[in-house]
Amino acid sequence: MAVPAELRYSKEHEWVRVEGDIATVGITDHAQEQLGDLVYLELPKVGTAVRQFEKLGEIESVKAVSDLFSPVSGEVTERNEEAAKSPELVNQDPYGRGWLVRLTLSDASEVDKLLTAEQYEELVAQEQAE
Amino acid sequence: MPDSESLRRSPLDEQHKALKARMVPFAGWSMPLQFAGILEEHRAVRNRAGLFDVSHMGRLYVSGADAAALVSRAGTYDARRLEPGQGHYSLLCQEDGGILDDFFAYRLEADRFLVVGNSVNADRDREQIRGLLKPQMNATVEDRQESTVMLALQGPQAVETLAGVVGPEAAQGLPRRRCTETRWQGETLFVSRTGYTGEDGFELVTSVEPGRALWEKLVAAGVQPCGLGARDTLRLEATLALYGNDIDTTTKPWEAGLGWAVTLDNGADFVGRAALEAARTQVERHLVCLIALGPGIMRSGCVILHGGGQVGRVTSGGYSPTLEASIAMGYLPSSLAAEGTSVEVEVRGKRLPARVVPRPFYRRPAAPPGSPKPASS
Repeated sequence: MAVPAELRYSKEHEWVRVEGDIATVGITDHAQEQLGDLVYLELPKVGTAVRQFEKLGEIESVKAVSDLFSPVSGEVTERNEEAAKSPELVNQDPYGRGWLVRLTLSDASEVDKLLTAEQYEELVAQEQAE
Repeated sequence: MPDSESLRRSPLDEQHKALKARMVPFAGWSMPLQFAGILEEHRAVRNRAGLFDVSHMGRLYVSGADAAALVSRAGTYDARRLEPGQGHYSLLCQEDGGILDDFFAYRLEADRFLVVGNSVNADRDREQIRGLLKPQMNATVEDRQESTVMLALQGPQAVETLAGVVGPEAAQGLPRRRCTETRWQGETLFVSRTGYTGEDGFELVTSVEPGRALWEKLVAAGVQPCGLGARDTLRLEATLALYGNDIDTTTKPWEAGLGWAVTLDNGADFVGRAALEAARTQVERHLVCLIALGPGIMRSGCVILHGGGQVGRVTSGGYSPTLEASIAMGYLPSSLAAEGTSVEVEVRGKRLPARVVPRPFYRRPAAPPGSPKPASS
């Protein structure tokens, strides 16, 4: 299970990469593995405003639908149309080509409420022990 | 929901664990949902060969001089018409004609049948069929679910793969829907040229030890192990009914396009016959095939709209890896069941446009000219 050290993570298994005031959001390797083959993504329109931990969209696997939550507050500036057309990209490369949306951050300090890579690994280990 | 301690285990449970299958509860059993991933397994079956453990399905051996009479009494298809080595699809019904299960009846010999039903109905099927035994009948019903393994080997490479493991005789000589019993590793191996995927292939039944060996040898030969996830996506593309979703006690065979499984012309008297004879002329709805015209996945239970009003519900739905679109089945009033009818399917609050298309969604391509021909039915 890959957990890149430079990213931050939510308890709902999303990751965020912050570069200045641009945040790129996706789901973790653990999440894509649990969900199985993804077949449909419901991503928000550009311009959508979202608050931290609010629902951003939906990701659908062969068997089930899951809600996607935003790890940060902001406004959607880009959607990954390539992934929307080929959702399996998210399974294949969840931290790279499988990114989902980009947002302009409205409050950079929110990142402090997110988990570090180490904390996220612990969370996953706990969930798997249950 | 039974905890994992009380779930029944397939004889191949250790093999599944060794392959790191993701296991799920299904009809009271712990069975593999997937091995490599549902889409990869689906494509393996369509393009090469896949192997399913279907040991959870019901397996009843009906024997005796009155075996044919009993199987004909229990199901809608007149099994007395089967020659040894032939099989046919049939429906187990209630007195009111409601469908209790769908099953396959194989005539092994004049006085011996194998009846394969759905896992979820296995116990009920057995009791229903035994309940039809009259004292003067010369027939026994033996449940061999516990003592046997059942596999499904499916895909264009199934014939050559099976021949490589059990020898060419059983694999290559068998026409579609025919069956045979052969010897393998000192025990009886049942082989039928049947399946639930829309591809060429076989279903295989043998005792537990050779069953494990057969699974292992087929996997070692390069066949992709497949789970319940791919089993469902494949059968949906092949437009095959799933009991509990597409057919149940509230549906009639002709509504679901299954009239061919009901023998009414001079056939045997079977449970539900009188009710079905009456229902034959009262078909007011049809199970149609729908393909989504926009983004989104249609699922079982989704409401189907026409002209803004509800006209039906999706019975089975999902994503078709072959068509790269969402497909679904559902009952529509006969007036709306024609090919090309436009409907909308409500998916999580949004209306997804869809169209009625002819069945099947997927038909396996005919072999190109000059290629070895599969045995014809």
